[in-house]
Amino acid sequence: MAGRGKTIALRVAQSIPVVIGVIIVSFLLTRALPGDPAVYFAGDAADEASIQQVREALGLDKSWPVQFALYVGDLLRGDLGVSLTTGQPVLAELSRRLPASLELTLTALILSCAVAVPLGVMAATRPGSWRDHLCRVVVTAGVSLPTFFTSILLIYIFYYFLGVSPSPLGRLDFMFLEPDRITGFYLIDSALVGDWETFVATANQLILPAVTLALFTMAPIARMTRAAMLQALSSDYVRTARAAGLTTRKVLYGYAFRNALLPVVTTLGMVFSFTLGANVLVEKVFAWPGIGSYAIEALVASDYAAVQGFVLAMALLFVALNLVIDISYSLIDPRIGFDAK
Amino acid sequence: MTKIKTDSPTGNPQMTQLSRRKFLTTSGVAIGAGMLPFLKAMPAQAANGVVVAVMGQTINSLDIHRSGTNRPSYQVAVNVYDRLVTFGTKTLPDGGISYDYSVIEPEIAESWEITPTEMIFKLRPDGKFHDGTPITAADVKWSFDRAVTLGGFPGVQMKAGSLESPDQFEAVDDLTFKIKLIRPSKLTLPDLAVPVAIVINSKVAAANATADDPWATEYLHTTPAGSGAFKVARWNPGEQLVYDVNADYTSGPVPAVKRVILREVPSSATRRALLERGDVQLSFDMPNKDALELAGMDGLEIQTTPVENAIYCLCPNLAFEPFKDKRVRQAIAYSVPYAEIFQASAYGRGEPMWGGTEASPSTIAWPQKFPYDTDLDKAKALLVEAGYGDGFEVPLSIDLSQSDWMEPAALLIQENLAKIGITATIDKIPGANWRTASLVEKRLPLALETFGGWLNYPCYYFFWAYQDGHLFNSSNYRNDEVEALTDENLHMEVDNPEYAPKITRMIEIVWDEVPRIALWQPALNVGMNGVTDLEYWFHRQLDARNLKEV
Repeated sequence: MAGRGKTIALRVAQSIPVVIGVIIVSFLLTRALPGDPAVYFAGDAADEASIQQVREALGLDKSWPVQFALYVGDLLRGDLGVSLTTGQPVLAELSRRLPASLELTLTALILSCAVAVPLGVMAATRPGSWRDHLCRVVVTAGVSLPTFFTSILLIYIFYYFLGVSPSPLGRLDFMFLEPDRITGFYLIDSALVGDWETFVATANQLILPAVTLALFTMAPIARMTRAAMLQALSSDYVRTARAAGLTTRKVLYGYAFRNALLPVVTTLGMVFSFTLGANVLVEKVFAWPGIGSYAIEALVASDYAAVQGFVLAMALLFVALNLVIDISYSLIDPRIGFDAK
Repeated sequence: MTKIKTDSPTGNPQMTQLSRRKFLTTSGVAIGAGMLPFLKAMPAQAANGVVVAVMGQTINSLDIHRSGTNRPSYQVAVNVYDRLVTFGTKTLPDGGISYDYSVIEPEIAESWEITPTEMIFKLRPDGKFHDGTPITAADVKWSFDRAVTLGGFPGVQMKAGSLESPDQFEAVDDLTFKIKLIRPSKLTLPDLAVPVAIVINSKVAAANATADDPWATEYLHTTPAGSGAFKVARWNPGEQLVYDVNADYTSGPVPAVKRVILREVPSSATRRALLERGDVQLSFDMPNKDALELAGMDGLEIQTTPVENAIYCLCPNLAFEPFKDKRVRQAIAYSVPYAEIFQASAYGRGEPMWGGTEASPSTIAWPQKFPYDTDLDKAKALLVEAGYGDGFEVPLSIDLSQSDWMEPAALLIQENLAKIGITATIDKIPGANWRTASLVEKRLPLALETFGGWLNYPCYYFFWAYQDGHLFNSSNYRNDEVEALTDENLHMEVDNPEYAPKITRMIEIVWDEVPRIALWQPALNVGMNGVTDLEYWFHRQLDARNLKEV
């Protein structure tokens, strides 16, 4: 166990150069963005003089190296700057919006896995059967519908037409107040204080956007599960296990599935990262105050602090995510040790 | 019943446990605790004084003087703060309510007196801020000093009313405020009624100012300190703003609605579904297409108001060769398929600005129809006359963030230009670049433009859009006579006998030289379901003061 702790520490240390690189690149990239934030934020009727005033107030009249030094200095003090589009400190905004996005994405992925993994296993056990075709049709349909289309369709059916879903007004209907902040995840926060009314309201708001995203993410997970299971099922150890007279259940879940899990977890990590970035459209349609729409708004306005903060937060998140995936590898397959890396 | 302190809208530490849940039903307004189930079932929340509004944009500050405060945030200055004076109210021909530019009414000031060198305002003796302290001339002085000192947009807007320096403002005594005029100008008094000229509670602000931040911009950014008809009960940036009525409002009648919950919903399809279902009572930023389709639907009221002093234009840039020739510009003006653009881009909502019959205007109304219509033969003849019979190539620039109307318009213009031999390529510019390229650097040869002036005078439009070097003159147009006439007219009273003939002359010149080709006058669409009497304002944001339940 001590060995594992040491390796984790090593892995974290290895990610430091990555983070430094991200800081430099995100700084340079935002400066390379088209558009002049001073002009944008000086307002509709601003003249040269007031644009200059804004430029000075933003510190954009200084040279890049000076700006970078100031930026790094602020970062070291834990200050990510103030976003101009939203007028809020970037750190506060990210810490409010990241949980919103994570709550949505994780719920969607759990839903997605709950359907896609059994579907993939089912398809792999009887390749070419109607079950296999069903799996293919369902996941192809899911991935070929663009998320904004699915979300508007779901709103139309379940909110507008049937009236069973609550108003698509973000994380909570206007009749409720957000729960006390503990983790920033409304489901967890409301459950922790036992506020079940808010919990149910949050869950209701979550259903449609989460289903939209789940439909979209099912395909890679199901396809990967199917392929990995097929491979595992045709392998020698499964044949041996079958020959030894083990039950189908034991063969399927004890041996084949466990071995098939590695590529599925890898895919899951990738799906998670693209979903977090790609759910902008879903966030827009459901008025979800997430991180994707925040980043897009900031990019459109050349809002340097917000873009840099977003890129940095995502980089840290992925460093953490990769670490978690690596650790889960060694839990799934004891042959994979940390020493190997 | 009130469990929420309104003096700090952003955080929730002030909220007590009791009010934590069901914010709407247990706090602020007198609604029985048993109302919640009914709220879900009842389409119109308005019946209990609570109005839910949605808009597509985001509010980024509660302080209009802060640099970077965006247009949707101006409504906080309107609802939560007061000005010395305000505009009157009138009923439009279609029954809608609009502000009345020609009437100035008291707000914080009770009366005023104007001499050629001074304006003296007497404040209401009973005027109170939200915290109950009296509104004094010192507060007005502090607020105006702040508006002209902080720079950026507020400074520019104050300057439009010849309010440029703190030396001009004097608090004579508690209830008397004096403005020393740099020049007599008809724009000064109306400029005091625009959202920027708010009066801030200077005692509260001073208590929260620091040495680095003497104007308390950080504090007022999140915490308004005003005297307006509403208080901010809650602000979750990026999500919602909640206004509660100020029951002790002193600058006018207390509004009929008790609470307005303003939610930010970026998708117009979602906003439409919410409005149709009756879960929200007001929908802002409604696309013309939705407005057209929803108009006349049972229970819905779509208020479409032409935006005063605004025109959507096609601007040929005089810094580029073919457009230096007036005849080329006229040829383009004759080639534009106006009627098709009006249908395709605006869905027929707004006012046509083409097909005028007179070369010299008979009224000084602005905007009015330009004397151009689609006439390709005339356009070709003009091009030949100018020596461009073989045509030329030009990029036609549009703003990607306004592509909803600019793209169809540009495609139709491109099609007709091709018919007279001009090859236009459509150049899409990202929103962040647009202002720099079109307005600041003025480097687009042919572009679409959208200027509208807050102060509703033709000379004010000319000042911004036709005077050389001014921001919205993206055509790089210069005509010495227009320069001189605009300068002379800008501050002149409208009833001066010289005013109208000069305006007529200015319009005549720019019609003939046509540096800006008017397409149509845009309209603002607001959808209502369960409320009525929303007042239209030139700032195009929600003013909930006049709002009533159906």
